[in-house]
Amino acid sequence: MGYLELRELKKSFGGVLALDGLSLDLAAGELVSLLGPSGCGKTTALRIVAGFEAADEGRVVVDGKDITGVPANRRDMGMVFQAYSLFPNMTALGNIQFGLRLRDVPTASRRQRAAELLELVGLQPHAAKYPHQLSGGQQQRVALARALAIRPKILLLDEPLSALDAKVRVTLRDEIRRIQSELGITTLFVTHDQEEALALSDRVGVMSEGRVEQLDTPARVYREPATPFVAQFVGVTNAIAGLADGDAVLIDGHRLPAGGAAGHPRGAAIRLIVRPEELRLSSVDDGAPGALPGTILTQSFLGPVLRLVVRLDSQNGQLLRVDVPSREAERHTPGSRVAVEFVARSPIVVPA
Amino acid sequence: MSSGTGRRRFSRLVPYLAVTPFLVYVTVFLLYPTLIVVAGAFTDDRNRPTVTTLRILTESVYLRAFARSIELSAVTAAVGAVLGALLAWAVWSGARDGPLRRSVTAAAGVLAQFGGVTLAFAFIATIGLSGLVTVFMRDHLGVDLFTGGVWLFDMPGLMLVYTYFQIPLMVLVFLPALDGLRPQWREAVESLGGSGWEYWRHVAGPVLLPAFLGAVLLLFANAFSAYATAAALVSQGSPIVPLKIRGFLTSEVILGQQNLGKALGFGMVVVVAVVMTLYALLQRRAARWLR
Amino acid sequence: MTVPTPDTLAPTAASGRRDARAPSRRRRPATARRLVLLAFGVFFLVPLFAMLEFSTRGVGGRSFAAWRAIVQDPDLVQAIIISLELAALTVVGMLLLVVPVATWVRLRLPHLRRLIEFICLLPLTIPAIVLVVGIAPIYAWVTYLLGDSPLTLTFVYVVLVLPYAYRAIDNGLGAIDLRTLAEAARSLGARWPTVLARVVVPNIRGALVSASFLSVALVLGEFTLASLLNFNNLQVTINLLGKRNAAVSVAVSLAALLLAFVLLLVLSYVGRRQGSSGVTEEG
Repeated sequence: MGYLELRELKKSFGGVLALDGLSLDLAAGELVSLLGPSGCGKTTALRIVAGFEAADEGRVVVDGKDITGVPANRRDMGMVFQAYSLFPNMTALGNIQFGLRLRDVPTASRRQRAAELLELVGLQPHAAKYPHQLSGGQQQRVALARALAIRPKILLLDEPLSALDAKVRVTLRDEIRRIQSELGITTLFVTHDQEEALALSDRVGVMSEGRVEQLDTPARVYREPATPFVAQFVGVTNAIAGLADGDAVLIDGHRLPAGGAAGHPRGAAIRLIVRPEELRLSSVDDGAPGALPGTILTQSFLGPVLRLVVRLDSQNGQLLRVDVPSREAERHTPGSRVAVEFVARSPIVVPA
Repeated sequence: MSSGTGRRRFSRLVPYLAVTPFLVYVTVFLLYPTLIVVAGAFTDDRNRPTVTTLRILTESVYLRAFARSIELSAVTAAVGAVLGALLAWAVWSGARDGPLRRSVTAAAGVLAQFGGVTLAFAFIATIGLSGLVTVFMRDHLGVDLFTGGVWLFDMPGLMLVYTYFQIPLMVLVFLPALDGLRPQWREAVESLGGSGWEYWRHVAGPVLLPAFLGAVLLLFANAFSAYATAAALVSQGSPIVPLKIRGFLTSEVILGQQNLGKALGFGMVVVVAVVMTLYALLQRRAARWLR
Repeated sequence: MTVPTPDTLAPTAASGRRDARAPSRRRRPATARRLVLLAFGVFFLVPLFAMLEFSTRGVGGRSFAAWRAIVQDPDLVQAIIISLELAALTVVGMLLLVVPVATWVRLRLPHLRRLIEFICLLPLTIPAIVLVVGIAPIYAWVTYLLGDSPLTLTFVYVVLVLPYAYRAIDNGLGAIDLRTLAEAARSLGARWPTVLARVVVPNIRGALVSASFLSVALVLGEFTLASLLNFNNLQVTINLLGKRNAAVSVAVSLAALLLAFVLLLVLSYVGRRQGSSGVTEEG
C-alpha cells in the first residue's frame, strides 16, 4: 500500500496501445522516476495521474482514496511541464501566486508564500520579470515554485529539464532533488535521460512499451538489471554470444566463469550482457587461459575514465567497449594486444 | 579575377541596382499618386499652397460625412469583432487541418476580400425590394421590412452588409491569435485547481486582448476604406466619405473646389494612418507575450 | 477593398513547435460550439441561397435563363475575359517584381528590409479610393503611351497585391535556408540569375502558388480602381448590368463568389503540402 498507486492502467490512442497494464506504487515522500524511450508511455501515465487523460482501464489511488474519476482541477497535485507553461501575462510572482489566488487566499499571505517560494528556488531578484524576460532554466524554476505554492499532495514533473541546456540541466536537477527532499513531497518524475533518472531518484521505474520492466533503486537498476531491455537502456553495455557450460560460458574455445550460465542447459546459445567497467584487460601473455584475446582499436578520453574499443580475435572481430581509469592511458595504446576477462561478479546471462 | 577597387565598388552596388526597378515602380504607381493627393490637399485652384481647401472640409456637410464614415466603421468593427471572435473560437475548437476549418477560412477569405459588388447584389437578392427574405416575410409573416423606407440603400443597409464582410475578416485575423494559445496554459490552470472559466478570465483573455483590440482597429480601417460595396448599393446621395470622393471624380467639379476630392482623400489617409499606427504598436505588444 | 493579411496580427506559436503528445483538447462545450456554428452558418448561407433563388426565378417555376445569359451577353463575356487576363498579367508582374527583391533583401540587403516591408504594407494604409484620385494623372499618361486597353490596370493591380504577395513570398523564403542554398550554389559556380531561377524559385513553389492565388482573387474582385478609371472589368460590368438586368448580375455574382471560394479552398490544400521543411531530429 503506497501513497500513490497506479493499478493496471490501460490506455490506447486510436488503436495504438500506450499503456499495457501499468502498475506502480510510490511511498509518501518518495521521488520515483519513470524512465524510458519516447513512446514507452511514461508521459501518458503521468498525464493520467494528473487527470488530463482518462485511462481506459485501471485505477489511480492517492492515500487510500480512488481518484480515477476526479477531474484534474480537483486532484490537488502540482505539475511542472516540459516548457512554455508559464502564463505570459503575469510576472514570476504573479505566476507563483496564481494557484493561491484561485483559492481566495488573502493578498498578504499570498505574497508572503510566493516570496518564500521564490527564495526556495533562488529567484528573488527576478520576481517582477515576465516569462519572456527569463531564461529557460529560470522559467522552470518559477514553474516549480508555482506548482509547490499550493502545497500539493503530489508533485508531477513531465521532462522538466529536457528543453534546457546541458549545464543548466545538471544544476537544476540537483535543485529539484534538494527541494523535494526538503519538503518531503511525493514526486513522480518522467524523463528519457537515464543519467537524470539515476541521479535524482529514490527509485527508478524503467518502462518499455507501456509496462514497467523494473522498479528499483538506481543502483540495483544499474547493476542488477532484471531484463535485457533494462540492461541495455540504462548505461552502456556489451553483448557477447557464447554457449552455456555449467557455471561458465564457452566463447570460441575460451572458458570464462559466468555463474548465471548455470540456469541454462549445457550447450545452449546464450548472450552475456557486460558493462564496460566490468571488463578487465591484461596483456596477452600473462592473461588467464579464460580470457579473450584482442587488439585495442581506439581510445576516447572521457575525463575520469578512458573508454577503449577492443576488437576481439574471435566472434567475427566483435568490438567491445572497455573502461579503464584514465591514468592508465599509456598502458593501453591503440594497436596493443590485450586479453579481456570479466571482473569477478558474473555478467547477466540471457538466451541468445 | 581582377580585384581593382573600381570593380569592388561596382559589385557592392549591384544589389542596390537590382532593387531599383522595384523602387522606381513603387514610386511611380504608389508613392507619387499619394504625394499628388497629399500635395493637392494643400493647394488651391491656382496651384498655390494653402490650407483653405482643408478648411472647407470642416464645413458641416463634410464633417457629417466623416462622422458617418467613422460611425459606420466603428459599429461594424465592434460588432464584427465580437461576433467574429465567437465564430473563430467555434472553428478553432475543432481540428486544425480539418475540412471545417479549411472551408470556413476559404469562405472567409472570399467574403472578406472579394466581396464588394458581389456582396451588394447578394443582399439585394436577399432583402432587396423583391428579395427572398423580403418576399417571405411579406407573404408568410405579414411583415413589411420597408415600412420605414427602403433602408437597404442607406446607412442601416450599409451597416448590415459591412458586418457581413467584417465578421469573416475577424475570423481570418483572430484564428492565428487563438492558435497562439498554448495547451499547457490551460492544463497548468487546471493543475492549480482552476476551471475553464478561470482559465479564460485570468490567462487566455488577457493574452488575447491586444490581438483582439488590434483586430478591432484593423476592422475599423477596413470598413473606413471600403468603397465597392457602398458604391454598388448607394446610387443616390453620398453619405460617407468614399462616396463623396466618387462624386468629385465623376461629376462636374465646381470651380474653386477642384482639390476638395484630394483633401477628402488626405483626410481619409490621416484617419487610416493613425489607426494603423496604433495597430502596429498593439501588435508589437502581442508579439512580446506570444513568443 | 484594402484588407490586411491575417497573419500580420499575432504570430502563431513559436516556429512551428508541435506538441508531440496526443491532443488532449478538453471536451469543449460541444453543444455551444455546434449552436454557434449553426447560427453563423445560417447567417452566411441565406444570402447565397437567396442569390440562387433570385437568379433562377422564371415564369411558372425555376428557370436558368439568367445563368445562360451569362455566356450570351457579349459585354459580360468580354469583361470576364479581360478580368482573367488581368489576373494572369498581374501574377506575372507580381512574381517578376517581388521575388528578386525579396530574395536580395534577405541575402544582401538586410538593412533595407524595414524599408521594403514598410513600402509593401503601404497599399494597406492608402485606401483604393484615395489612390485612384492620385493615380488618375498617371494613368492619363499611361493610356497615352500604351493605349486604352483595360489591361493597363495591371500596373496598379501589382501595387495592390504587393502586401499579400510580399508577405507570402517572404514567409516562403524564411522557411528555407536561403543563405546556405545560395552560397552552396554560388560556390559551385552558379551566377545570380541561375541561383534565382534554379535554386530559389523551385524551393518556394508553395509560397509562389499562395501569392498567385491571392493575387488572382484580389484582381477578380477589384472594383474601385477599374470603375473610377473608367475601365470595364468583371466587377464593373456586373455593377452596370445590375441596373439593366438584376437576375443576370446576381447569377454572375454568385458564380464569381463560388469560383473564388473553390480557388481559395484549393490553395489551402496546395499550401499545406509544401509546408515548412523542418529538419527532423532522428538519431
